[in-house]
Amino acid sequence: MTDGAPLISARGLIKRFGDFTAVDGIDVDVHAGEAFGFLGPNGAGKSSTMRMIGCVSPPSGGELRVLGMDPQRQGPDIRARLGVCPQEDNLDQELTARENLVTYARYFGIGRKVARQRADELLEFVQLSERAGSKVEPLSGGMKRRLTIARALVNEPDIVMLDEPTTGLDPQARHLVWERLFRLKQRGTTLVLTTHYMDEAEQLCDRLVIMDGGAVAAEGSPRELIERYSTREVVELRFGTDALEPYASKLDGIGARVEVLPDRILLYADDGDTAVPAVYERNLTPSGVLVRRASLEDVFLHLTGRTLVEA
Amino acid sequence: MAGGGTPADLDAAVTAAAPQGVRAVHPAMAVLEYFLVGYKRVWRGTVFSSFALPVLFFLGMGVAVGAYVDRGGNLDMPYLQFIAPGLLAFTGLQIAMMESGFPVLGNFKWHKIYFGMASAPLRVGDMLLGQLGYISLRVLVAATGFLLVMVPFGAIGSAWAVLTPLVAVLVGLAVATPMFAYSATVQSPNLMAIMFRFGMLPMMLFSGVFFPVEQLPGALQPVAHALPLWHGVELSRAAALDVNAAWPVAVHAGYLALWCVVGFALARIRFIKRLAV
Repeated sequence: MTDGAPLISARGLIKRFGDFTAVDGIDVDVHAGEAFGFLGPNGAGKSSTMRMIGCVSPPSGGELRVLGMDPQRQGPDIRARLGVCPQEDNLDQELTARENLVTYARYFGIGRKVARQRADELLEFVQLSERAGSKVEPLSGGMKRRLTIARALVNEPDIVMLDEPTTGLDPQARHLVWERLFRLKQRGTTLVLTTHYMDEAEQLCDRLVIMDGGAVAAEGSPRELIERYSTREVVELRFGTDALEPYASKLDGIGARVEVLPDRILLYADDGDTAVPAVYERNLTPSGVLVRRASLEDVFLHLTGRTLVEA
Repeated sequence: MAGGGTPADLDAAVTAAAPQGVRAVHPAMAVLEYFLVGYKRVWRGTVFSSFALPVLFFLGMGVAVGAYVDRGGNLDMPYLQFIAPGLLAFTGLQIAMMESGFPVLGNFKWHKIYFGMASAPLRVGDMLLGQLGYISLRVLVAATGFLLVMVPFGAIGSAWAVLTPLVAVLVGLAVATPMFAYSATVQSPNLMAIMFRFGMLPMMLFSGVFFPVEQLPGALQPVAHALPLWHGVELSRAAALDVNAAWPVAVHAGYLALWCVVGFALARIRFIKRLAV
């Protein structure tokens, strides 16, 4: 799968806005058929990177090739083969769901008959067939997002780019979007997505980069990253409303590492079930104990010293 | 998706030169289509007003005010005949300016429509041409309605009058193109209102629609000559009544065309700047 030329290749890619450097020299390769993620907090440079790849924002420095072409000179040729689902829906609220898809398909030079046919297929795919003839404006946030995803597929793109595909959606709507994206993945569609939800990244991404402050902090599959930067399990300890620092020093040596968060202590250990008794052996009586598997959140915390939520 | 292609197919697609499929529609035409789909919802209202508005104008200004003016006998034609072609040109200008004001700002600021277009394989030039094409059609329809109303009011003196809707389109584009540039630059709706109050309104009053610009103080006359509407009014009147325009027809038309070209270039620059975030 990773043989052959990468569909997207960035070397030392930079984006500046005046004095502010949003993307600070990143290297990224995305290969055909993979689901690739940019995971990071708001302001990490994810969306700026996406806009450069989408050929709507010129890079300030470095090298970028998309589908073997130069975004600066061949923007329309590249965009003809991309499907873009932006962070903010930019559907026409006054048109119907179907009209949105058909008019957008025409921008790609698609014939009217094919455009209509494809619109109906895609509405079916994103489970909006019953709303095909209704205006966009009254649709729920999840429906609008699914419609935007359908619009991104209207040109049968080689790469589908999704910027924060489930931000702002309620849990049920998120799951519906994830399920549709998973279906695309199964079909072999190359997906590039940004997210600040680690569960989203874990579920959808074959490979990802963790971004922080415009730079790539780490790269790999979710499993590799967890293995590299975290223990297998994590014990979350709560001590009511007590100050946590004094407890942390007493936990030394039980696990590989201890992190103190404002409301809890994270104790990193390969086996949580042996770590918990060790805590009690030191005469500590936490008010809450939770043993869980390590996640990308722990990787991010380890790499940046901040949680994704607070970052 | 991806044409149901396997990853190997995709690799092949990457290494091959970008396959440019035959386009079934020009990008600018696709943009025009998009605006027409939206127009389907409101066309009845606009067609109605393009007939109702001139009727009101003619009854109020042409017949009522005209009775006063004609008593003075200062014009060598009935007042209604004098103002009708100018109002037709102004109608074109008004629609074009309205359509290139808030709608353009909104497509950047609120609805983000242009950002969606920019993600498709459209160039800024295609986006501009498509929307300007739509505006031209809107002006053409309204001006034609206006012209039809002029017939029963006896405001037409020449077969050349059939050209007046085209004059209206030319005036419309002459103001729409720089207005696109302006709307793509401003952030606040208030600045849009200022343009209508201090741009469009004075233009209507001082461009020879209601009285010959020679009536203006000498210092103001060059200002009127610089405004696009005056040239449109002159052309429209010349066509509707088969009278001589103030300057040669080619100069009036050329001046308006110059506004279109410069305005388009400015709009293109401002669009590119605002889209590249």
